[in-house]
This record gives sequence, structure tokens and C-alpha cells, in this order.
Amino acid sequence: MFEAIAFYLFAFLTISMFYITVTTSQALHALTALAAGMIFISAFFFILGADFLGAIQIIVYTGAVMALYAFGMMFFDTTRDVKEKKGNKFIVVGMATLAAILVVAIFSAPIVSNNIVALYPSVGAGNTQEVGMVLFTKYLIPFEVAAVMLLVAMVAGIVLAGKKMDLSLTLMDADEIRKMNEEKNKKVLS
Amino acid sequence: MMEIGLNHYLVLSTILFAIGLAGVMRRKNLLLLFFATEILLNAVNIAFAAISHYYGDLTGQMFAFFVIAIAASELAVGLGLLIVWFKRNGTIDLDTMTSMRG
Repeated sequence: MFEAIAFYLFAFLTISMFYITVTTSQALHALTALAAGMIFISAFFFILGADFLGAIQIIVYTGAVMALYAFGMMFFDTTRDVKEKKGNKFIVVGMATLAAILVVAIFSAPIVSNNIVALYPSVGAGNTQEVGMVLFTKYLIPFEVAAVMLLVAMVAGIVLAGKKMDLSLTLMDADEIRKMNEEKNKKVLS
Repeated sequence: MMEIGLNHYLVLSTILFAIGLAGVMRRKNLLLLFFATEILLNAVNIAFAAISHYYGDLTGQMFAFFVIAIAASELAVGLGLLIVWFKRNGTIDLDTMTSMRG
């Protein structure tokens, strides 16, 4: 009963928030609606018993991703209205419908076949404990690879967004470094 | 109606995926295009978590974790590239990125 009420309430909220995100012409409204939709999605994870995933959803998406988007928006000209593509409406609607039907087919294929068994069935411990046990035994290598990927992404983000990242102090001569520092001091004094 | 099953979650996931897909197709601003891709990834995460719950298997949640990790790194690199492009051209509209036209 309560599960049904919660599901329909959060389904309505999530769909309306994401609808606002893809239709509004204000970038700030889109950002806010997206953040709200992310938080509402974490409610589904809590309903489904995936407590750890819900907490990660809030921390990573609403905390990190949205903050990064907010910082990124400071670089861009986001106050003006966003112009939209004047494409053929029938093509857009038709392709979206086709893709949605494809997704339904993909997800309903394993439901139709009944011979599915749980690969790593739950052992009855808490969700976070179970996640830790599976993540650090069966999925240890993908976990490490994901960690390396995040490190690479962090370095790439810093290098791309930072200033004067093409200069390297370790590859420069002492004279060049002194010249650069003098220019910097001149700029500060003037 | 009152009993929430796996199909409810899959239908919800499909609706969100369709919304995100429509957003990807109609958006011209690259930042808002990124928002639409986040919606796509979140829709798939709901389906993963629901299947994980109804089959009593934690693999779905593991995939959801990796999807979140990929989304975060994709965002970091993509936003960096977007900032470089904006510094160079002063705009992040998709229609201006036609430098490879022959």
C-alpha cells in the first residue's frame, strides 16, 4: 500500500522534473530540475532496498555532478535563452517511440524466459555489507579499473580546464622560470 | 494496480529513457545535451536496481555503481573539453561545430 503510494508519487515527481529539464529554455531551471529529479530517483533505490546505491546517488549525482555542472555554468553564457533545433517533429517523436519500444523489448526479453537464476543471491546481511562482499570479491578488477578511469578523468579535467597547463616547471631552464616569475611580478605590480 | 512489480519499474525506466532521448534529439546547447544524457543514465540505473531487487541478485546494483562512475568521469572530461571550446569560440552551440565539413 505505502510502497504503491510512494512509487506513484515519486514516479510522477521524477517524470515531471525530467520533463522540465528537457523542455525549459533556461539553463538554470534545467539544472535545478535535474538536481531535484536525481534526488527523487534515489527514493526508488531506497524503496527497492538498495540503500547504499541510494546514498551514492545522492552523494555523487546531487553533490558532485551537480556542483560540477554549476561550476561549469559559470564559464558559459547561461543567462540568455537557449535556442532550439527546428527539426522535423515527426522524425523526433517517431525515433523516440521506436527507441522506447526497443528498450522495452530489451528489458522484457529476460522476463519472458523463465530460466533466470540469481548469480550472487543475497545472504541476508544488510545491503551495504552485501554490496561490499560482492564488490570486493567478484567485481574487484572492474572496481580497480573504474578507480583508474576516475583518476584519468580527474587529471584530464584539471589539464583541460586549468590555466597554463602547457607549461611544465620541471622541463624549463632556470632562466625561463626566472623570466616567467619576473613577468608575473610585473603584472601584479602594474 | 496496488502491487508494485518489476514491470512498473521497467515502464517508469522506459518513460524516463524516452524523455532523455527526446531531450538529446531536440537540444542544441551542449550543456543541456549533457543534462539529457544524465537522464538516460539514471533511467537505466532504475531498471538495474529494480531487476536486482526482484531477482534477489546484486549484479544489477554493481552495474549501477559502474554506470555512476562512468557518468562522473564522462562529465569531468566533457565539461573540460566544453570549457576549452567555449574559450576558443565563445559559444557551445552544436551547429557551430562544423569545422570538419569538407
